[in-house]
Amino acid sequence: METAGIKREDIGLESSKAMVESRLAADMLTVVPLRHPWRSAAVVIVLALVALLLYSVATNPEFQWPAVGHYLFNPLILAGVGMTLLLTVIIMILSCIGGTVVALMLISSSRLLSIPAKLFVWFFRGTPALVQLIFWYNLALLFKHIALYIPGYGTIFSIDTNDVITPFTAAVIALSLQESGYMAEIVRNGLKSVGHGQTEAALCLGMKPSLLMRRIVLPQAMRVIIPPTGNETINLLKTTSLVSTIAVGDLLYSAQSIYARTFETIPLLLVASFWYLAIVSITSIGQGYLERHFSRDEMATTGSALSTLQAHLFSFRKRVAS
Amino acid sequence: MSHFERFGVSPDTMIHAAGVRKSFGSLEVLKGVDVTVTKGRVACIIGPSGSGKSTFLRCINHLEEINKGLILVDGDFVGYRLQHNRLFQLPAAAICQRRAEIGMVFQHFNLFPNMTVLENLIEAPVRVRREPIVQARERAIGLLERVGLAEKKNVYPRHLSGGQQQRVAIARALAMNPKVLLFDEPTSALDPELVGEVLEVMKDLARAGMTMVVVTHEIGFAREVADQLIFMDDGVVVERGTPGQMIANPASRRTREFLGRVL
Repeated sequence: METAGIKREDIGLESSKAMVESRLAADMLTVVPLRHPWRSAAVVIVLALVALLLYSVATNPEFQWPAVGHYLFNPLILAGVGMTLLLTVIIMILSCIGGTVVALMLISSSRLLSIPAKLFVWFFRGTPALVQLIFWYNLALLFKHIALYIPGYGTIFSIDTNDVITPFTAAVIALSLQESGYMAEIVRNGLKSVGHGQTEAALCLGMKPSLLMRRIVLPQAMRVIIPPTGNETINLLKTTSLVSTIAVGDLLYSAQSIYARTFETIPLLLVASFWYLAIVSITSIGQGYLERHFSRDEMATTGSALSTLQAHLFSFRKRVAS
Repeated sequence: MSHFERFGVSPDTMIHAAGVRKSFGSLEVLKGVDVTVTKGRVACIIGPSGSGKSTFLRCINHLEEINKGLILVDGDFVGYRLQHNRLFQLPAAAICQRRAEIGMVFQHFNLFPNMTVLENLIEAPVRVRREPIVQARERAIGLLERVGLAEKKNVYPRHLSGGQQQRVAIARALAMNPKVLLFDEPTSALDPELVGEVLEVMKDLARAGMTMVVVTHEIGFAREVADQLIFMDDGVVVERGTPGQMIANPASRRTREFLGRVL
């Protein structure tokens, strides 16, 4: 039977005449999506504000755009970029190692290991980076000499603190310790995210604890560890600007040293911002690739590298000091 | 080292457990368990939840330490070294070699999600036994054929059904050529229509002469496959015997009540 274009097969073989009529009536209806008038209003307001801002940026001569272009590839600025990258890489490597060690101590069943680790995290996450930075820079006020002394044998070596603690080493030590505290929590969460069943299955196959950590637990923990570590790296990159206060020649310090002479404050801060944004953007792309590498088995459900990049560029991170 | 003679155990015994006691804190979950499984035979352990059957199984390959008693697998201890009537616990690395001879299949499969099916199978033979990768891969494909999943070798576990994952888990355990296979409720996490395919694989293994200890709720499977049925309750073995005799005519009231509930 066929009634007004509706086949019986479409609505089940046992359909009655009443059902066919009901279907005809239903097919007459159209679904109207909900309108969002306030959303349209908000879009207009935002567009207007953006236009005003752009107009101001383009027409206000105090931005001194020609000066920005002039200093963008200044050798001193480029050296500052190099120093900022060097600091970020060294500190991140040290704090990944330090953070993993502290994380393994945190999850240890021995309290003699877990309590010192907890205190470490508590202390270095609880004090401001700037305070630690100045503290390490002034270490010589606390210890005149750094020496290794073994009772009954004597001093093995002794060195003047001011010879070791340069602005650069003070910056590396202070920020590495601080960052290790954050990395420890991240690594610990990653390790915890791998179910106990994985460890047991690996043990039952005769894998040693070291092998199962390397082949089973860490690769799975990585997918939990990498996104916040990427955020940490980006955050650290910006935090390194604090070292300008102890005269390490990073990007901000280079910019400051130029505008201290030329008084072109705004253009040089714009130059510094440009470089920070550029490095952060490149880092985010790298992070996207790493994330995809460690979630190969979920490829079908993860987005493109571009969307991962966007997600990280525009995400604001919250640090909860606990 | 073999301890068959010292403990009066026949050399064709695969698993010999005597007086096994195990506590979690103040809670004693095993209160003196004696179990003997002969080589090439299948023992099924049944019992209500909380009866200690899974814990006992995990004691066999030393996933759990025991507080008293002894467990010999093919005449030797798994997690201990015997010296002057004392059992010294071995470090984790030393236990591994012994553990590799005991395969285990879990309720929740525990496949490695970051590896394909084939990588799951060759991981331990290559990394633990140092088997050449080509040979391990060849053997793995053979095992996958045996469980009927050869075409899934390059798939990640998350794309498989529960039944398929469990069959891969069985193949992964077999890849280490174990002397004995332990099954910890292998079908309890499966949808009812997927239970059959896993049980079929296990029946095949039993027919091929694999020694198996199976903690299960599948009384039908136990009746068909088991050489020995063990009923545990409250941390002790209440009754044991051939499945036919025990199911038709349980000697103990507790066994009768339990079978009445599950059959």
